[in-house]
Amino acid sequence: MYESATQPGVIIGFEVDIAEALARELGVRAKFHQNDWSNLVPSLERGDFDIALNGLEDTPARRARLRLSRPYFVYGETLAVRAGSSLHTLSQLSGRRIGTLNQTVAQDLLQAQRAEIVLYEGQQEPYMDLSRGRVDGVLLDHVIADRYGCGQPGLECVKQDLARGTYVIGIRPTDAELASRVDAALSRLIEAGELRRILEHWRLWDARQQELSARAPVAPLSASASSTALAAPPSSTAAQAAPSVESKPSKPTLSVAQLGLFFRGALITILISLCAFGLALPLGVLLAVVRSHGGRVSRFFATAYIELFRGTPVLLQLYVLYYGLSSVVRLGPIQAAILGLGLNYAAYEAEVHRGALAALPRGQAEAASSLGLSRYQVLRHVLLPQSFRIALPALTNDFVALLKDSSLVSVITVVELTKRMTIVAVELRDWVVPGLLCAAMYFALSFPLSRLSLWLERRYQSA
Amino acid sequence: MIRISGLRKSFAGHSVLGGIDASVAEGKIVALLGASGSGKSTLLRCLNGLETFDDGTLEIAGFSLKSGSHNPHTLQALRAKVGMVFQEFHLFAHLSVLDNVTLAPRVARRTARAQAEAHARELLAQVGLADRAHAMPRQLSGGQKQRVAIARALAQGVSVLLLDEPTSALDPELREEVREVLRNVARGAHSASGAALTILLVTHEHALAHELADEIWTLSAGKIAGVAERRREQSP
Repeated sequence: MYESATQPGVIIGFEVDIAEALARELGVRAKFHQNDWSNLVPSLERGDFDIALNGLEDTPARRARLRLSRPYFVYGETLAVRAGSSLHTLSQLSGRRIGTLNQTVAQDLLQAQRAEIVLYEGQQEPYMDLSRGRVDGVLLDHVIADRYGCGQPGLECVKQDLARGTYVIGIRPTDAELASRVDAALSRLIEAGELRRILEHWRLWDARQQELSARAPVAPLSASASSTALAAPPSSTAAQAAPSVESKPSKPTLSVAQLGLFFRGALITILISLCAFGLALPLGVLLAVVRSHGGRVSRFFATAYIELFRGTPVLLQLYVLYYGLSSVVRLGPIQAAILGLGLNYAAYEAEVHRGALAALPRGQAEAASSLGLSRYQVLRHVLLPQSFRIALPALTNDFVALLKDSSLVSVITVVELTKRMTIVAVELRDWVVPGLLCAAMYFALSFPLSRLSLWLERRYQSA
Repeated sequence: MIRISGLRKSFAGHSVLGGIDASVAEGKIVALLGASGSGKSTLLRCLNGLETFDDGTLEIAGFSLKSGSHNPHTLQALRAKVGMVFQEFHLFAHLSVLDNVTLAPRVARRTARAQAEAHARELLAQVGLADRAHAMPRQLSGGQKQRVAIARALAQGVSVLLLDEPTSALDPELREEVREVLRNVARGAHSASGAALTILLVTHEHALAHELADEIWTLSAGKIAGVAERRREQSP
């Protein structure tokens, strides 16, 4: 259920124990397969593994798509708020900024309330942002809330569950026999008290779990709608922000609303890329000039900057900027994205421009100085206009790279083009159409730029 | 007026200028001859601060330079009075002929563009390139480039012109057009009209040196080995 790895590389958790107990009942050996949580169902359908047992919540959409076992765990949707907050019911969340994980039922519940949903990739970050005031509440299942949120200083959790749901085991629809064997084995574990022992061992047995036996007779493998539909994932990475809460049994197609959101994602990608490059370019030129013309001390700092930002992953820089420094500077996600990418790319632009400046014949600077131009004037009127032309192909290259790297900012809750694609793909249960649409949009952004750059290069050459 | 006193310079322990004492009167033309490595180009580059020197003093165009690094503001002011033409032209590749000539007046002297351009066109006419004002450097022949470079060096109304082997990089058949321009400049230097122009010409062309110069210094191993004065025939 949760990634409590006291031994590095060893997966442990109550679901591991349940899986092993089930394997014993079935007379097989459990083999664990590491998978991105949000792609659990597609991977199951692909046949990467035979059983999905990892916080898979019982929802009508999943019932229409998979065979689901009887529940093995009951969870409550828990609302965490800052101490003293007046928020304690779902309906109060309308219009408020509420954090949750992607592709959860909590998210669907928030959507139904028209809350402003902020999607996180990790389980700890939403509570950090709640403490910092970036969100007004966090709605997640009680296992995550108890572990990461409710005990945090300054935070409290609403006592009553805002909703309740169950985790079930997913099996391919074609594996009817396996499904009934799993169900029978699970029933035996419940009746023998084995499941309770496992949950108690992990300190997860509570009053909620008494519903487990009660829920046993509910035709678990039927395709009919389940009682309460909600859930929370254990360790998730991908995306989800459904514009419609209800899931239809038939395969949904791309709606106009989704298309609109796609364009919105593309706009955010353009906005972030342009602003970040608008920051990276002048800063990079400045660093390059300092590095090639500055004094010893300023040269040292420019070099240190470049090595630091070039030598560490931009993902790490985004995390540090948004979460790590949030007690010092509280940036919004978009500002943090622009600043993070801009500061990072400045290091690359600095090297591009330093190389271009070094490529200029030495005589250019000498001739300009011999005319009585100041050092600044030499740079401004003679060196930089020429080095810029040399740098142009590399600049274009970097901008196109930045355009695509901007997808990384989804880790700090920005929903840009790629993130939107993954969300829509999950909603549509199809990666081909959203994927092609997303690729086409990136191409539509980068291709004109390449042409513009070529045109500029030719113009400079013929000039 | 140029006065050079006890000028010494060495590169990495190797003496390039070994104590030079010399002076040039205002409006005179001096040619510097000497083998490669004799220090004549270095001497020229010391005169406008492109090189620093280890010992001695320089007086040029009303400025004086001492050993060690120079004050950048002094250098800028000095260079506005001391033009330089390089062996390899060094035209600004991204600027048109006209902009090459007007850049320093406009940017460093803050002369209005129209005024700077009018003056530049006069200079371009003097070097025979009135019709190439809007050409880019890469469209010009070597001789044409050097003529633009001469116009550029003169554009600020300099009182000293330093010419560092202005014909050496040219094919022999292109040298004559540059020589012709130099003759014109020299005539202008000697004419009574306008401010006097003092010229130092580093060259390997003995004939040109003898034709143009009032004085010929021969450098050898970083010292002036000989000075030949010549009475020029008066203006033609």
